[in-house]
Amino acid sequence: MSTLTQPEFVLGLFEAAPATFSSLRQLGKESFYAQGLPALKSEEYKFTPIAKKLENSITEFSPAEQVTISAEQVKSAVFPGFVGVVLVFSNGYFIPGLSSKTEGLTIHSLSAEENTPLGSIADAAKDPFTALNQATFVNGIHISIAKKVSIESPILLLQFHQAKGGQVISPRIWIEAGDFSKATFIDYHISLDDAPYFVNKVVEIKGGINADLTYHSLQQEHNQVIEVSNLVTDIQKDSQFTSTQITLSGDMVRNNLTLNLLGSNSVGNMYGIYLLNGKTHVDNHTNVDHTIPHAESNELYKGILADQSRGVFNGKIFVRQIAQKTNAFQQNNNILLSEDAIINTKPQLEIWADDVKCSHGCTVGQLDEEALFYLQARGIDKITARGLLLYAFAGEVLDKIEVESLQKYIVNQIQERLGSNF
Amino acid sequence: MLSIKNLHASIEGTPILRGINLEVKAGEVHAIMGPTGSGKSTLASVLAGREEYEVTEGEVLFQGKELLPLSPEDRAREGVFLAFQYPIEIPGVSTTNFLRTALNQVREYRGQEPLDAVKFLSLMKEKMALVEIDQKLLSRSLNEGFSGGEKKRNEIFQMAMLEPVLSILDETDSGLDIDALRIVSNGVNKLKSEKTATIVVTHYQRLLDYIVPDFVHVLYKGRIVKSGTKELALELEEKGYDWIKEEVDSTATV
Ligand SMILES: Nc1ncnc2c1ncn2[C@@H]1O[C@H](COP(=O)(O)OP(=O)(O)OP(=O)(O)O)[C@@H](O)[C@H]1O
Ligand SMILES: [Mg+2]
Repeated sequence: MSTLTQPEFVLGLFEAAPATFSSLRQLGKESFYAQGLPALKSEEYKFTPIAKKLENSITEFSPAEQVTISAEQVKSAVFPGFVGVVLVFSNGYFIPGLSSKTEGLTIHSLSAEENTPLGSIADAAKDPFTALNQATFVNGIHISIAKKVSIESPILLLQFHQAKGGQVISPRIWIEAGDFSKATFIDYHISLDDAPYFVNKVVEIKGGINADLTYHSLQQEHNQVIEVSNLVTDIQKDSQFTSTQITLSGDMVRNNLTLNLLGSNSVGNMYGIYLLNGKTHVDNHTNVDHTIPHAESNELYKGILADQSRGVFNGKIFVRQIAQKTNAFQQNNNILLSEDAIINTKPQLEIWADDVKCSHGCTVGQLDEEALFYLQARGIDKITARGLLLYAFAGEVLDKIEVESLQKYIVNQIQERLGSNF
Repeated sequence: MLSIKNLHASIEGTPILRGINLEVKAGEVHAIMGPTGSGKSTLASVLAGREEYEVTEGEVLFQGKELLPLSPEDRAREGVFLAFQYPIEIPGVSTTNFLRTALNQVREYRGQEPLDAVKFLSLMKEKMALVEIDQKLLSRSLNEGFSGGEKKRNEIFQMAMLEPVLSILDETDSGLDIDALRIVSNGVNKLKSEKTATIVVTHYQRLLDYIVPDFVHVLYKGRIVKSGTKELALELEEKGYDWIKEEVDSTATV
């Protein structure tokens, strides 16, 4: 556990916390004080000195207020060709007036749903930022999908962020999906200007049995943004959950992804791409807990790091003693484009069952110079050739994004970056 | 068309090419033979612009232009094509995938209109027939899991697509069975014209039954130590290289 760092500077956040969910917030606060912000030597945050970063960059530890979002802004933020439900947020506040609806999908502001069992999936005791969010979150959202409902079009969570004074944005998202339901979410963060802020997000997803849920997350905020995101999901019998995490920018970003496989024949997929340049620091910590026999997890994260960027990948696979016949696969591949870029990659396997299939691997390499020469020798200029190769490297993960408009958008973003002097 | 003068090149400080002189005119086919390790592929790579090799002396003129200062892509656009001895695998990039980019960049350089998807496809069909290659192969990751023959055929297919002025075929025949050899050679022969030239690097005279050379050169220890006509290849086939090595090594002055 982390050495205690009792940060004075978060006090303002507690003071400004809304009056809703008061006992839950109190528990969050206690849990936060029991943990403190992760200290420099904290094992869980070893390569990501987030507390220090916060102390240096966040000038005002108070919640960023809701800012006005226009329908025009929403329209231009949505990916070209996107067809589906759009849910709009401003600094974590859900804005029903700008959001759309669909049959089988029920949406409320969290303030209207005070009996939502927040914290029952994302355990505040396990992570100080989850605790901090639980104590201080603003008006988030409660999404529920009825039993046997298949929502074919994707649900876009459009999260606009803007904090003039370098404040804190604490989105809270609760999703519950009934038995035999199906839905795809896209969580997309957008900066409205380039002032710094800290996003501390918690997403809890409670899946029913035989549910099929996908959560795509696209982080493309500006390079002053500090973000900690916690996504925790319970996956029941015969269900499938897929996460894709695409990170293209930011100052320091930490993503904690936790999949609890709770029912047999369940599948958890974790895919990610981080395409980093400048001084961007991105840390993906994933944790899959095989608690029952006959479940499967698949993980593939790919990183491309340029300039002085830094990546961290830590993939934990926990297979409990009773979780026989587990299949767990993990792969993390990285390409370093500069000598100053750094990646720390570590599989973390704890396997207590004896009849399991488990594989993991990580690679760190440079761009294949021979492949580059081959393409140049066919008449392709060096930058385009490099883009082609890097794009091919990332392609395996991009193929997992089944929402066509989103995939196209990300492909364009990546190609634009790789085709330039990235 | 191609004029190589006193070309010296080294890799990591070790000299590999030690004074190559070669004149190739439009319409000609030159065969380069020689024992393994003599520098044949190095010569091909230096002409194509591989950066690992350092040219320490000499010059190369291609259609009157200095070749050596050009980037590999500009050499390709000028019309130099290298069919690799060991075509590499590129996971996630298919031939179709990169070739349209390549062809359009080459066309742009040559002041031609880019080909749209439809025109590109019909050109592909035409050239595929030439080397009897399957479209499925071309949509797979480049050379991944290809047989030796498929890799070489793909090289010639790309050559057909890019319509080079000077083609350098580095052991394109190695590892081919007789049918594949016939197909590949036919392809190369159909692409030949009075305006183009071909350099074939090979160990085997059997290729030269199909692609008949005007000149045969023997490369040994980084120099062309013997040149002749196609009869030289037959002689080499019969007698091996020892007699040439002896001749060279006994008069060596280095
Ligand atoms: N990248 C390299 N690093 C070090 N030495 C090299 C490198 N490439 C080539 N050489 C050396 O240069 C010499 C010439 O090699 P090259 O490949 O040109 O020969 P070759 O005539 O094509 O032989 P083969 O008939 O076997 O294809 C060899 O001694 C080889 O070991
Ligand atoms: Mg060779």
